Amino acid sequence: MTKIELTRNTSIKNALISRYPQLAVFVVMLMGYIFAILAGLVGTPVGSHNFSIVFVWIAWWAILILVAVPFFGRGWCAVCPIPLPGEWLQRGAVLNPPDKKPKWFNLRWPKALRNIWLQNISFLLLALFSSVLLTTPNITGIVLAGMLFAAIGLSTVFERRAFCRYLCPVGGFIGLYSQTAPIELRIKDKRVCATCEGKPCYNGSTNGYGCPWDVFPGGLTKNTYCGLCMECLRTCPHDNIAVNMRPFSADLAKPSTRMDEAFKAFIMLGSAMIYAGVLLGPWGVLKDAAYNVGTSTWFIYAAVFLSTIFLVMPSFFALCVTRFENLNIFKKRFAMLSSALIPLGLMFWVAFSLSFVLTNASYILASLSDPLGLGWNLFGTAQTTWQPMLTSILAPGQTLALVGGLIWSSRTAQKAANEAKVSAIPVIGYCLIVTAVMLWLLL
Amino acid sequence: MKRSELLSRILITAGMLLAVGTPLFFWTRTPLIHARMADNGGWNPDVIQAEVGKPLHLRLTSDDVMHGFSVGQMKIDAVDVEPGKVTDVTLSFDKPGIYKFFCTRWCGINHWRMRGTIEVSGPGANPEPAPTIPLYVTLGFDLDAPHESPVIPSNQPSAIRGQQLAANLEISKFSNPDFYRTNSPYQLFEALSSTNLSDLEKWDVVSYIWQSNTTPEALTNGRDLYAQNCAACHGENGGGDGVFADDLAKAGEASMQSMTGATDMLMQTPVDFTDSKRILGAAPALLQGKILRGGMGTGMPMWGSIFTEEQIWDLVAYLYSFQFDYQGEAQ
Repeated sequence: MTKIELTRNTSIKNALISRYPQLAVFVVMLMGYIFAILAGLVGTPVGSHNFSIVFVWIAWWAILILVAVPFFGRGWCAVCPIPLPGEWLQRGAVLNPPDKKPKWFNLRWPKALRNIWLQNISFLLLALFSSVLLTTPNITGIVLAGMLFAAIGLSTVFERRAFCRYLCPVGGFIGLYSQTAPIELRIKDKRVCATCEGKPCYNGSTNGYGCPWDVFPGGLTKNTYCGLCMECLRTCPHDNIAVNMRPFSADLAKPSTRMDEAFKAFIMLGSAMIYAGVLLGPWGVLKDAAYNVGTSTWFIYAAVFLSTIFLVMPSFFALCVTRFENLNIFKKRFAMLSSALIPLGLMFWVAFSLSFVLTNASYILASLSDPLGLGWNLFGTAQTTWQPMLTSILAPGQTLALVGGLIWSSRTAQKAANEAKVSAIPVIGYCLIVTAVMLWLLL
Repeated sequence: MKRSELLSRILITAGMLLAVGTPLFFWTRTPLIHARMADNGGWNPDVIQAEVGKPLHLRLTSDDVMHGFSVGQMKIDAVDVEPGKVTDVTLSFDKPGIYKFFCTRWCGINHWRMRGTIEVSGPGANPEPAPTIPLYVTLGFDLDAPHESPVIPSNQPSAIRGQQLAANLEISKFSNPDFYRTNSPYQLFEALSSTNLSDLEKWDVVSYIWQSNTTPEALTNGRDLYAQNCAACHGENGGGDGVFADDLAKAGEASMQSMTGATDMLMQTPVDFTDSKRILGAAPALLQGKILRGGMGTGMPMWGSIFTEEQIWDLVAYLYSFQFDYQGEAQ
């Protein structure tokens, strides 16, 4: 399948270039986000009846992991409201660049931190507290508010979207999995970028801002760090930017050699498996350990969680790298081969999310009518009783996702192994074993 | 500044203010009574003001588990208070006074601590009627002293057999309520020592006389009250093995680690109503006193402000059914 350039369609292109549709979505999203913070802080502490829990961790998560990431990559980042207030402060405008920019610090992000290790850490921090976070509205409210204020604060100190690019716990894995999405933003002709004066796509112009994600579009080869904000579409004076439809996981044909991205794959794969065991499994001891933050059992849980992700899973995977010449080449091969875990991890999350989303989706109707638990009945659905939905398709759907993920990963492993000049069989075997474990955990 | 920029800023600002203001506005204008497990605070608020003749509208919600709501000594049906949902209740008071509201669901080991007060003011009779002195006080019973029966029946005494045996005895002095309430079954057993009856036959007669001092309706009422309020600790069958019994024992052990020693542990264990020594040695007035006053730190709640006097006597009558075979009656 070849690429289809969506921006050839004038209507699509104009809709993407215009700031108003995006702004309208931003405003609605920002209102929802702030409402979720307030609901978490002042609404009922019963998570299943509080907007912050139901709409963030059930509705939004379902849309994100089942639709947005697999089909639109960083599509969520394009409408995420978190950077909006900070960017307004930073830019001094919400539409086109103003004549006079505010004088903030506008620092470059430290070179040593120009990777996704901080995102790995921020995700793990949330993951370790997830049993409490996902069920306690005021904790969710505080975390959401914290992310908003962190984005605002970083916007006044550093240039561009430092929070989104380097700190957002969600943005890290969206970026990783966006490599599998059938949509991309790329340049049309490299030669045009090479000769372009001023590089307005990166440095900004009167038509728009320099890339908020600190990416030079001319060098884009994968989706990981492109936030689909469409600024380059607005600023490119040569009409050299295109939004394309493409085959799934096209970016993985040229696997990354970065260890931060490789470990992101392990973090996501391991987290999905641990969550499946803790949140969906029948083991009350595990649930208690994960929930009772600060107790000795929680510290044991945290230690097991982290060692599984950082030691056990990568150590066994390292055995897949069957050729050792020197440490640098070994690390490069390790990182390249780990790209095979990206489709598998995504499908693990799809399978895991199907379970709790279908189980808890009926809360959405009740919460829609009474988002704060104050006894409202706005749409007549407040009394909707909890009932798992589509239970008959759950197990087949999860099996399909996991087996599909295994096949997808095996194909990716073959490509990565060719690039790394090693055999793909150990990687496929590894994927087979973790898929079997996940099947056992979920079914 | 361009007009479009200005309008956009206004739109974003208005959106943010709306998102902040809407929940705060409605939150501050929706007074709810929050129910939480006693360990997490119980009722909040736990004191409510009301006026005679004016309906009192309450909006109740639970912040954790299922709770229930009722008001002591009033004829109202208990309502459930569900987590995250709001239950509306309207109360009406025809006389001033202090009323107790309480949780009617077994929400946790300290469920019985979930109580609050409704202070009703306004015209009417003296809000504090002259208190009735409980019978156990009049009789000078020490509620905390041991009161074991030195003799217990070898089999469960039968009221039906007792009735047949009593036909040939002069028992009128034992059948009146005053004797029944002030004497233990063992005391009656002793009083029957002058008869030619065997021990078991004497217990059968005791069983019959205890049954004759109650009614099937009272026993049914007592059974319902027991099931709703007592069985969580004392067990459905009176064996002191309710769902909270183990937790109470653990709480007792914990207190032994810290405070007053082994007696606490024993006291925290719910009373076993199938223990013949204990129950056959207790007069109804003594059991009434325990229910009225509570266990004073043992975990046994004080029910005097919740149950009416009639309800307590019904409950007392039902407690003896764990010892006696009231065939055909509520058990």
